[in-house]
Amino acid sequence: MGGRRVLPKGPSVPVETYLNVATGGILTGLVYGLMALGLSVIFGVVRVVNFAHGEMMTIAMYIAVVLFAAFGLDPLIMLVPIAALMFALGYLLQRGVINSFITRPEYTQFLLLIAVAIIVVNGLLIVFGPDARNVQTSYAFDSFQIGKLIVDANKLYAALAAIVVAGTLLGFFRFTRIGTAIRACADNYTGAQVVGLDVNQLYALTFGLGSACVGAAGSMLVLIIDVTPQVGPVYTLLAFVIVITGGLGSMPGALLGGVLIGLTEALAGLLFSPSAKSMFAFGILVLVLLFRPQGIMGKRGA
Amino acid sequence: MIARLIEGVSRRALILIAVFVAALAIAPVFVGDYLLTVLILILYFSYTGQAWNIMMGFSGLLSLGHALYVGLGAYTAAALYVHFGIGPWIGLLAAVPLAMACGAFMAFLAFRFRVAGVYFAILTIAFAEFARIGFDHFGWVGGSGGFFLPVAQYAQNDLWRLRGAPVMFYYVMLAATVLAFLCCRILLKSRMGYFWLAIREDEQAARAAGIDTFRYKMYAVMISAGMTAFAGVFYAFFYNNLFPEQAFNILRSIELILAPMVGGLGTLFGPIIGAFLLEGLAEGLRNLLEYFGIDIPGTKQLFFGAVLLLVVVALPEGVWPWLMRRLGFVERKP
Amino acid sequence: MIRKSHTDTRVTRRTVTAGLSTSLGAAVLAGSAPFNIVRAQAAALKVGVLLPRSGYQAGIGQQCQQGVDLAGPILKELGYPALQIMNADTETNVQVARAQAEKLIGEGAQLLIGAFDSGQSTAIAQVAEQKGIPYVINIAAAPPITEQGYKFVFRNFPTAVRILSDAFTNQKEVFAQAGMEPKTAVLLHVNDTFGTAMQKGLEAMMPKFNMPYKVIEQIAYDPAARDLSVEISKAKATGAEALLVVSRLNDAILLTRELVKQRWTPQAILSMGPGWYEDPYLKALGKLADDPISFVPWQDPNKPLTKKVEAAYKKAHPNDSMNTNQVYTFEALMIAADAFKRAGSSDPQKLADALRTTDIKNNISVGPGIKFDAKGQNVDLANAAIQNRNGKTIVIAPKVAAEAKVVYPMTPYDKRG
Repeated sequence: MGGRRVLPKGPSVPVETYLNVATGGILTGLVYGLMALGLSVIFGVVRVVNFAHGEMMTIAMYIAVVLFAAFGLDPLIMLVPIAALMFALGYLLQRGVINSFITRPEYTQFLLLIAVAIIVVNGLLIVFGPDARNVQTSYAFDSFQIGKLIVDANKLYAALAAIVVAGTLLGFFRFTRIGTAIRACADNYTGAQVVGLDVNQLYALTFGLGSACVGAAGSMLVLIIDVTPQVGPVYTLLAFVIVITGGLGSMPGALLGGVLIGLTEALAGLLFSPSAKSMFAFGILVLVLLFRPQGIMGKRGA
Repeated sequence: MIARLIEGVSRRALILIAVFVAALAIAPVFVGDYLLTVLILILYFSYTGQAWNIMMGFSGLLSLGHALYVGLGAYTAAALYVHFGIGPWIGLLAAVPLAMACGAFMAFLAFRFRVAGVYFAILTIAFAEFARIGFDHFGWVGGSGGFFLPVAQYAQNDLWRLRGAPVMFYYVMLAATVLAFLCCRILLKSRMGYFWLAIREDEQAARAAGIDTFRYKMYAVMISAGMTAFAGVFYAFFYNNLFPEQAFNILRSIELILAPMVGGLGTLFGPIIGAFLLEGLAEGLRNLLEYFGIDIPGTKQLFFGAVLLLVVVALPEGVWPWLMRRLGFVERKP
Repeated sequence: MIRKSHTDTRVTRRTVTAGLSTSLGAAVLAGSAPFNIVRAQAAALKVGVLLPRSGYQAGIGQQCQQGVDLAGPILKELGYPALQIMNADTETNVQVARAQAEKLIGEGAQLLIGAFDSGQSTAIAQVAEQKGIPYVINIAAAPPITEQGYKFVFRNFPTAVRILSDAFTNQKEVFAQAGMEPKTAVLLHVNDTFGTAMQKGLEAMMPKFNMPYKVIEQIAYDPAARDLSVEISKAKATGAEALLVVSRLNDAILLTRELVKQRWTPQAILSMGPGWYEDPYLKALGKLADDPISFVPWQDPNKPLTKKVEAAYKKAHPNDSMNTNQVYTFEALMIAADAFKRAGSSDPQKLADALRTTDIKNNISVGPGIKFDAKGQNVDLANAAIQNRNGKTIVIAPKVAAEAKVVYPMTPYDKRG
């Protein structure tokens, strides 16, 4: 396998395939970006490394699956309720458990969230079993053809939804009072307290927002992939790769990172062996960590 | 030298340790094959926990990709055995340096570029994942299809080739764990051990005090990696099959850190107590569930997660320090 | 040769009833409890059945279990002695499979059956050989398992090499029936023990068969991959006429979805593995499931025992179809019962010797019957070609087992209403 080729080398890949694959990669990348956005928000503000990020997304995906199976509700329509539910979950998690860990050494935070992640993954395994579940909507097999370009309808809808949600979130942070307050918290913890902001409340809100983000991403992702309890850790890792590549604490960076990783994975799979495509994401991560740890759009010292 | 080793340890503690080791030594007489396997697993996690502890507990470097060294050790020894007929003890001579080199490489990159804290942890994960996918495509050692060592019947115990009954493996692991324990004790009491302690508490201050932090952190990583490589060799010859997906998996790395975390970071007995507690309770739980006819996969891991959560929240220092206070030992935690 | 065993007298005794086991939890917590087992001269043979009952192969494990359930009453009717089944779950995990095998043996299993997956079966084979307990493999195709010189491992399932050579022969027959053949093909295979074995086998065997098509590209994909769009894009880009595939059930569904979305209907989908004919695939995809041809070990619908077993299956599971999984698991149990009958004892060496001289003509799978060569492999097993038609699978080759003619080429996906 790998390098040795006993059979003759295949024909060269036509241009439209590159285009198709790249488009698919970018669209999926936007959804990844939304997921990573949640992580970026949480880390940027609360400074907690959420090792249970992917697992929370998995919860959202299962909720979407269950709602679809029981009531036939399209995940994109259920986006808002699911995000709201995840918001509540995140808020409670932060307020209830994580808050007390902010002042503790970093590694205890990781371990706390790793413990949460383990509990979530195995809880889901016990409840739902290991089989892949998916949502087969009426448009599950649709695709659009524009000339030679074929676009998967599911990915397109998911990507559009991701852009809308990301835009909303960015707008929130830019233009609302609470959003500004949260950003103040992130920039200067003590200063924010001095000014009278209820930091704990803001932290909880932020964690809630980050969770809502990842919940929304989950509703979209369930259109693109099937969910098993084990996808959680995979996406946690991916989220980290994206956030670090794009720049910790930078929201546009997270989206950019998502698109970049989605694109790289897709093209790497096309050019090399699909089974090795994750290697490239990790390769990029290592390079970024070494040479530009603040990421593409991050600020130094973030 | 022995005097230095037991300096600061109460007589009571020493006696208890001796009794404990003796009990472990004669356990196989009373215990069946299955339970023996459980004990082997416990000792395995005690051992790897000790090795990991050197990086984290002693020096404050969080490694979440330790499975990398296990896998490297395992594959090196296995490859040498299957392709060249070289026994595991000689294979060890190749596996350990390889793991150390890998660790050194990663550490060099990390320290040179000032990657620390959570970034360092993620770097370790990245390296392990890289190895996993890489080995998936490494045909010479079976790739994703798996690498199988030839087995023979239990007729005799071949210590040189590590072929034989579980009892043999048990004693090998027991010896390894005891040695690791002593090794860690010696390291802790040495100059390097104190430097590590300083680095862990406050690296800046340590550097200001003139300690070459770069060098000593490198040592920590390399020693930890090398020790873990032995566990890998053991793993290969005990299980006789290797899959990159399993060997380098991040779940393996996390499994590894549970025992020292729960037991007590930075302590010598922590990993051992942690391993006994976790595996022992898990086995008990599994038998209890079986008794009620409940056989759902994931319950054991869920239990581990819950225990970890409990320990992190309620006993952040780990079970051992808490237990120590109860039992009135003097072993000073550095 | 008397096997020196450590487990005879120092194991906590457990009574087993199908699925449930009572244990002395406290004893385990305490660490040990010396009990002396009286090795009862059991009337029934204790057979440990290792299957993936959880993990992503759980669905298949369930199907295999159906084969086990069918076996009980039918084997009794045929005059075979009783078997006491001890169930274990490999959790689709190699190390768990190994541990469970050891556990079963420790609990008194005198023969092991399992485990569907090549990797897990290899691990179990290692344990069985080490402990000298006979192991009858129901399903596992990787060739190396029976190339290790093991004395206690028997496999009643074709190796990857055999599956491929029969596939090639049957493919030629199918092309002849259809009056059409592809000139180029692309191989898409899952990157695990089974997939890699098939890919290697293909490379080795194709030159010997003079197939009308050339494999112009090989694409391996990660078994854990959830998005196979790039793989299909790549396959489509090769311009190949036929798609050769070795995959699992979930991948089959994913791949088909991508084929539909990317608007590519190959001339033929030739699958040499599981997935494309299984009930969940047929049910999930409806009309879109029709036409792929699978070259797999299968039951011979024209054999009398097959008809009997199929009738019993229909009664127990009116909405499902029988396939490889039930068939070969059933046969594994039949082999165990037959060997037990001829050995007249549950001594492992005697059982192994009896297994070696197995000769069963009244079976269900395609081929002349069940017989093992010196390596423990049944080399007579033949494979069939089956095609999905209207939510069912029908045998189209070899002639001796065929039920109908092939539909070829595939109906384009976008024309299937």
